[in-house]
Amino acid sequence: MSKGNNSLIHPVWLRVTHWLNAIAVLLLVMSGWRIYDAAPFFDFVIPKNLTLGGWLGGAIQWHFAAMWLLVCNGLVYLACNALSGRLLHKFFPLSPRALVADLVSALTGRLSHADPSQYNAVQRLAYLFVIADAVLLVLSGLVLWKSVQFPILRELLGGYEATRRVHFFAMSALVAFVGVHLVMVALVPRTLLAMIRGR
Amino acid sequence: MLKNFSRHFVISNDVVLKDVRKDIGRYVADSSRRAFLQRSLTLGGLSLLSGCDIVDENSVDTALSTISRFNDRVQGLLFNPSHLAPTYADSMITRPFPFNAFYGEDQVVVVDEADYQLEVGGMVADKRTWTVAELRAMPQIDQVTRHICVEGWSAIGKWGGVPFANFLQRVGADLSASYIGFKCADDYYTSIDMATALHPQTLLALTYDGQTLPPKYGFPMKLRMPTKLGYKNPKHIKAIFVTNTNPGGYWEDQGYNWFGGS
Repeated sequence: MSKGNNSLIHPVWLRVTHWLNAIAVLLLVMSGWRIYDAAPFFDFVIPKNLTLGGWLGGAIQWHFAAMWLLVCNGLVYLACNALSGRLLHKFFPLSPRALVADLVSALTGRLSHADPSQYNAVQRLAYLFVIADAVLLVLSGLVLWKSVQFPILRELLGGYEATRRVHFFAMSALVAFVGVHLVMVALVPRTLLAMIRGR
Repeated sequence: MLKNFSRHFVISNDVVLKDVRKDIGRYVADSSRRAFLQRSLTLGGLSLLSGCDIVDENSVDTALSTISRFNDRVQGLLFNPSHLAPTYADSMITRPFPFNAFYGEDQVVVVDEADYQLEVGGMVADKRTWTVAELRAMPQIDQVTRHICVEGWSAIGKWGGVPFANFLQRVGADLSASYIGFKCADDYYTSIDMATALHPQTLLALTYDGQTLPPKYGFPMKLRMPTKLGYKNPKHIKAIFVTNTNPGGYWEDQGYNWFGGS
């Protein structure tokens, strides 16, 4: 599935699921911030002009519509990734030694981006992390939505109130990833082109 | 644009302006307030997202409402009546238990027990009215459960009363009907699905923390469901009716999800 033209970096299913995921994350984060503002558990609220939905009811409608896009699109992404073998050969092996070496290179500005078809160890870890984080967001969201219907999941996450915090911190990690991701795209702009036209 | 912004601000800033909205709510006719809220449902967010009003907002509202109805059906399918909400020790009760309504605590309705008569209607065999004493004469249970608000916060409280399933059987309700509707003395109204009505933890609550239900928690009687969000739990109930036509609800008609629970 991912094979074929050697110069193709990202197959079409990857590009489509990437951009649909970007839309879903934008809608979910902005509407989620409005929901958080209705009963903030920290000393701050999110500025209203960064939120989506207008009022709590509108934000909830956006959140519980966009969740279907995130989940359905995510399942297609994971299925294509696993069945095509891309998951295995793009993200593994992932050794701590290579990770440290690539991290040092990255921070000293010596990390090579000569071959965009290969992920370096930092990228591998970052992408695997954000996949796991998205799974955690979905599972904690499921507990907040249906706490009585998913008792095992609810207790694993520490109960309803703890799950609110888990959902919030998982969101924060996702937003932090997006921030770094966008900086990296700005530093290496041809990665953006590759995610649009595939090469 | 300015008009859009100010409307967005008024509706969205419910932390600061909650009390103002409650006051306004008293004086503005219900229907016009509802229409105002419906029009404003996604206005602010959409204008922000698109930068202007190029997207037809009515079609977005319609699409979001359609998905919300779809979510109602999904939640009906996910609902397993044998799954119970967690129960807690008395020591974990949140004190004081928060007051919450679409009006302020100083506007709580005080129902006179002597005049109170619960009406029962729709698809039931026995439509006679009930007094509070008759409700108290039925077998009662107590439970300490978590109340979860649509805003996200939660609090643990202790409610006692008549299992609603027993009450529905007593009045000969048609248990194959789809909905139970509630009308309240504070002009609130809501409705629930039959499966939730028959859930073993769904109570016609007559007490709070071992005492007669105080007015602020819904005297003389509220429906308490640990499987539903707060806005699905009506207080000061004066009429219960069984129907196959969805009666909607005060918040549900403005955009809150109808199923609204777990």
